[in-house]
Amino acid sequence: MPETTLQTEPRLQEPDLFYKSLAQLHAGLTPEESLLVNSKLLLVLANHIGDHQVLLQAIDLVKSNVSTD
Amino acid sequence: MQRTYQYEVFPFRPSPEQRTGQVMRHPVIVVGAGPVGLTAANDLVRQGIPVVLLDEDDKVSLGSRAICFAKRSLEIFDRLGCVEPMRRKGITWNVGRVFFRDQEVYRFNLLPEEGHAHPAFINLQQYYLEEYLIQPLRDHPLADLRWRNRLVGLEPGEDHVHLTVETPEGVYETEAEWLIAADGARSTTRKLLGLDYEGRLFQEKFLITDVVMKTADFPTERWFWFDPPFNPGYSALLHRQADNVWRIDMQLGRHADVELEQRPERVLPRIRAMLGEDIDFELEWISIYSFHSRRMERFLHGRVLFVGDAAHIVSPFGARGANSGIQDVDNLIWKLKLVMEGKAGPELLESFNFERTRAAAENAFHTETSTEFISPDTPGQLALRNAVLELAREHEFARPLINSGRLSTATVVPDSPLNTPDRDPFTGGPIPGGPATDAPLTRAGEPTFLLKQLGYTFNGILFVERPEEIPEAMLADLQELAAQEVPIRTRIVAAQPPAQAELQGIPLFHDVAGLARERYAAQPGAFYLTRPDQVVCARWQRFQRNLVEQARDRAACLVR
Repeated sequence: MPETTLQTEPRLQEPDLFYKSLAQLHAGLTPEESLLVNSKLLLVLANHIGDHQVLLQAIDLVKSNVSTD
Repeated sequence: MQRTYQYEVFPFRPSPEQRTGQVMRHPVIVVGAGPVGLTAANDLVRQGIPVVLLDEDDKVSLGSRAICFAKRSLEIFDRLGCVEPMRRKGITWNVGRVFFRDQEVYRFNLLPEEGHAHPAFINLQQYYLEEYLIQPLRDHPLADLRWRNRLVGLEPGEDHVHLTVETPEGVYETEAEWLIAADGARSTTRKLLGLDYEGRLFQEKFLITDVVMKTADFPTERWFWFDPPFNPGYSALLHRQADNVWRIDMQLGRHADVELEQRPERVLPRIRAMLGEDIDFELEWISIYSFHSRRMERFLHGRVLFVGDAAHIVSPFGARGANSGIQDVDNLIWKLKLVMEGKAGPELLESFNFERTRAAAENAFHTETSTEFISPDTPGQLALRNAVLELAREHEFARPLINSGRLSTATVVPDSPLNTPDRDPFTGGPIPGGPATDAPLTRAGEPTFLLKQLGYTFNGILFVERPEEIPEAMLADLQELAAQEVPIRTRIVAAQPPAQAELQGIPLFHDVAGLARERYAAQPGAFYLTRPDQVVCARWQRFQRNLVEQARDRAACLVR
């Protein structure tokens, strides 16, 4: 698979632990603080990925994943 | 309030039309004596074309207004012979500091790359720039500067434009084969022709203040604040201009009371809070603006050519207003000249439209991106912006995301119809459609720069190890190219110091620092073809006369 493709199969080594850490990050925060923390995490991860095409594909994925209610 | 600059009043003089009562037809009339119209007038007279310049006012810019002139503009002014006083008066800074709330996020040093005639930019008040552009036109036999001449009527014809002009001594009629509209965002020309100017107004209001610094040794640095204590929720910018005058831009938000905020009793406490109580200064000029992002769909309408703010306007972040207008002119005048001489077809002017609407779109993209960062619209966008700023303090990776304006650079148009695409491999260097890069050279031991040797005609740059190695037949070809109807004048850039200053009439230069061949990724024998506006239109690793001629014919849209 070329490196410039967003990986969408399950890849997390410890999904529950990761989710718990993520949830923990937001414990006790106001919505505003949560928004800031999420933004920081997003920027750290985006920089780690680096590849522009992959990042755009991730943005597109989120854009098309609209809630159904 | 303004003390550091003395405004000269340029006298109204009745025009020849008014003295004789005759309608005259001029080759070119330029409307608007701002930085862009004045650049056009200078370029025209330098290329031997008479120009009539109309301006409704009789002074240079009231207030400092555009203050940042980028490298490409300086290179253009250099070609026009106007750059010396600008460089002498202008200010260059290298250290920038970014603040978020009450803390410094980071500081940077621009550390300019060596071996360019001009820096990335200078800061200079618009009134000085205009003064320096008016100077060479004053007694120029080809320049007719008409102050207090207001355009009030326009009648486009097949091969000319008919103008009605209002003056203190009444109205007169005149005609131009070509009309260059450099009459700004509120362009009368555009309105009289009923043309489009699509885009939007930003609701944000900005307070601009020029102050004269009385405290000695205030550092020559650019300071940009996001959400500072003295202007909570908004931004502020401080940088230096000539005469120890400092520009302060303060964002006021959408609902600011414009009248109230301009009062010194409101302005002074803000600035004291910004600079610190121990800094002594005097107010020089106060103004409030909000900005538009708009552009015309086409810049070319029959015999009327739109340049600068008349054609496109963006927010001030990145200094892309005056600088892009100056580049419009640089792109236009040589084309207009070849068309006026009947050498080039109308497609050449169409390429002005193609290349400069492309540049305007690029400038709009950059300024809109800066605006989104400086003035976020939603809570999510604000959180993203603040996350960048908080991370940037400790983490270098976040710093490239900080956007307080991306400085204007020359636009590259890789798909311009004037380009001849590369056939030979190049590992770098300016691509067809991009501006030629500067490099230090010497000629007969005298230092100079490559860009100072290019312009007004097509130019060839031939890279060689030693000039003696150039075959006789190639020299004969180069001489013939220089004598053609649309000449290509070649400059030879040699890796080894040449013994003479020219070879059979072709100027010889020494690539004294090795930077020319490096910046052009040029093997010995490589040949670059540049347009009269110093844009590369073709290049080869080996000179071949027929290919060079074809590329020139293509770039000049030559009439066969």
